Amino acid sequence: MRETLVELKNVRKQFLASKKFMEEKKYVKAINGVSFEIYKGETLAIVGESGCGKSTTGRAINKLIDIDEGEVWFDHENITNYSSHMMKPVRSKMQMVFQDPYGSLNPRMKIRDIVSEPLLVHTNLSKKERYQKAKELLEIVGLNEGHLRRYAHEFSGGQRQRIGIARALTVNPKLIIADEPVSALDVSIQAQVINLFKELQREFHLTYLFISHDLSVVEHISDRIGVMYLGHLVEITAKEQLYKNPLHPYTQALLSAIPIADPAKKKKRIILKGDIPNPIDLPVGCPFNTRCMHVQDKCYKIVPQLQEAASGHKVACHLI
Amino acid sequence: MKVNTEIKKKQEDYKFESPMIELSRKFLKKKVATVSFFFILFLIILAIFQPTPYDISQTDYSNTLSKPSAEHWFGTDEYGRDIFSRIVYGTKLSLTVAIVGVTVGAVIGSILGLIAGYYRGIPEMIIMRTCDVLLAFPGLLLAIGIVAIIGPGLINVVIAIAIYGIPNFTRIIRSSTLAIKELLYVEASQSIGVSDLRLLFKHIFPGTVPALIVSYTMRLGTAIITAASLSFLGFGASPSNPDWGAMLSSGRNYIGIAPHMLFYPGLAIFLTVLGFNLLGDGLRDTLDPKLD
Repeated sequence: MRETLVELKNVRKQFLASKKFMEEKKYVKAINGVSFEIYKGETLAIVGESGCGKSTTGRAINKLIDIDEGEVWFDHENITNYSSHMMKPVRSKMQMVFQDPYGSLNPRMKIRDIVSEPLLVHTNLSKKERYQKAKELLEIVGLNEGHLRRYAHEFSGGQRQRIGIARALTVNPKLIIADEPVSALDVSIQAQVINLFKELQREFHLTYLFISHDLSVVEHISDRIGVMYLGHLVEITAKEQLYKNPLHPYTQALLSAIPIADPAKKKKRIILKGDIPNPIDLPVGCPFNTRCMHVQDKCYKIVPQLQEAASGHKVACHLI
Repeated sequence: MKVNTEIKKKQEDYKFESPMIELSRKFLKKKVATVSFFFILFLIILAIFQPTPYDISQTDYSNTLSKPSAEHWFGTDEYGRDIFSRIVYGTKLSLTVAIVGVTVGAVIGSILGLIAGYYRGIPEMIIMRTCDVLLAFPGLLLAIGIVAIIGPGLINVVIAIAIYGIPNFTRIIRSSTLAIKELLYVEASQSIGVSDLRLLFKHIFPGTVPALIVSYTMRLGTAIITAASLSFLGFGASPSNPDWGAMLSSGRNYIGIAPHMLFYPGLAIFLTVLGFNLLGDGLRDTLDPKLD
């Protein structure tokens, strides 16, 4: 059994959507009872469509949002009810890389100040030592000393994402939550950044939670993959297992949508009907019952629980 | 090869250039703003060194209401006092009153605005509703009201200008804070574990500075007008003090026979206010890193 770094237990979060006078309050149900573990040293990818609760799940782990129900464990500590003061030492062990490399760097700060900020917060190093460390990290991610005194807007998207990664690395975290770190980049740059992620993982023994909507990106980096739909985790298993033998109908549909660079090869494409239901009014029973091709009576009544279908392969579907 | 050395040279520039030099270089490219800057600088030098050719209260009854001449550049007033000297002395009064009053208002207003915008909830409600009450008074009336309560005098004019400025700064800083707080780099800092204080003053406040600077300089202009108006109405500087507003007030009796008594103090007010406004625009353009 591998050591667990992060564990989510039945986490729920809803956001207030509208509050009208004399009317019932409406909530967007962002995560509905999500449970999974992240093992030390692995890369767990969470995939799903926009609005399925992937990012919210990531932010629930480092407590950028407070969850309504459930528990979050990090490094054998239950951090669910930690105050922001108690979170401070925990935060140095989990850092985040954001989707938008343009927005996640303060435009009024120089790169050396951005990259060394975690050191200022979490250590007592002098300014000189912090800048030295920032310089080393920039070199690790493939930038150079001359970039230290520049501002974020002087860099390209790929370079900015490298700066974001350098910032995440400064305090030697155990976990890096990467929220769609490459989806704002060109495909050629995506590959570079993903390779950088992989190199850094080897070098610094990092654990990644890699949030993405792009299955072809996820294939390159992940060890295990969790598939989310409408705030539910519908399937989670090792990467090979998922690509070879997807069990949940939603996963099957997702995988059939990956283009293959071979025009001769014919593949059966599963076309899903309709759109994602409104997360304010979730369907009763299985969240996928409005679009599933194998839907049965039972699916309209009971929410399927995540169950082990094979060793390490969990699926939430009544048909398995 | 040539390109390479150029890039290298540029990097070295970055290495040795302090942010202040970088910003001033950018600022000096803006001609109107530069001219305004030097004009304001000129006023400040006038205010400090007081190059008055005559004593400001030296009367000369043989030479009252005389027109501008080589001897009296801006003419003399009803007591034969030199108007140029009095305007130079008035520069010191106006600038001190405006800068001190607006700075106090800006500091208090910014802190209140940051608190209201960042913490929301009950603190925001109390702060913003109080501002609404203060803003409900027509501009000058509030200043007159404050002076009427605490009594006339220059220091009280400063206090009135400060209080009068607070709600404006609070509103501007709050709305910028609301917008900046949602930006990703603020969330990124939160995820790093940055304290609220550092987040507010290092990440959110600098983002509000362009708005603050524009507002600050416009307010300096407005404050000069307010101070002059209060003096004009007799609430501000005592008449023996050569405040620009007080000079206008005494000059208005002689508008038919000695228009220069109104023209020069009026011109001083006009140019100073204009200078501050243009300077503010220039600083805004300079401080926004995206407008390169």
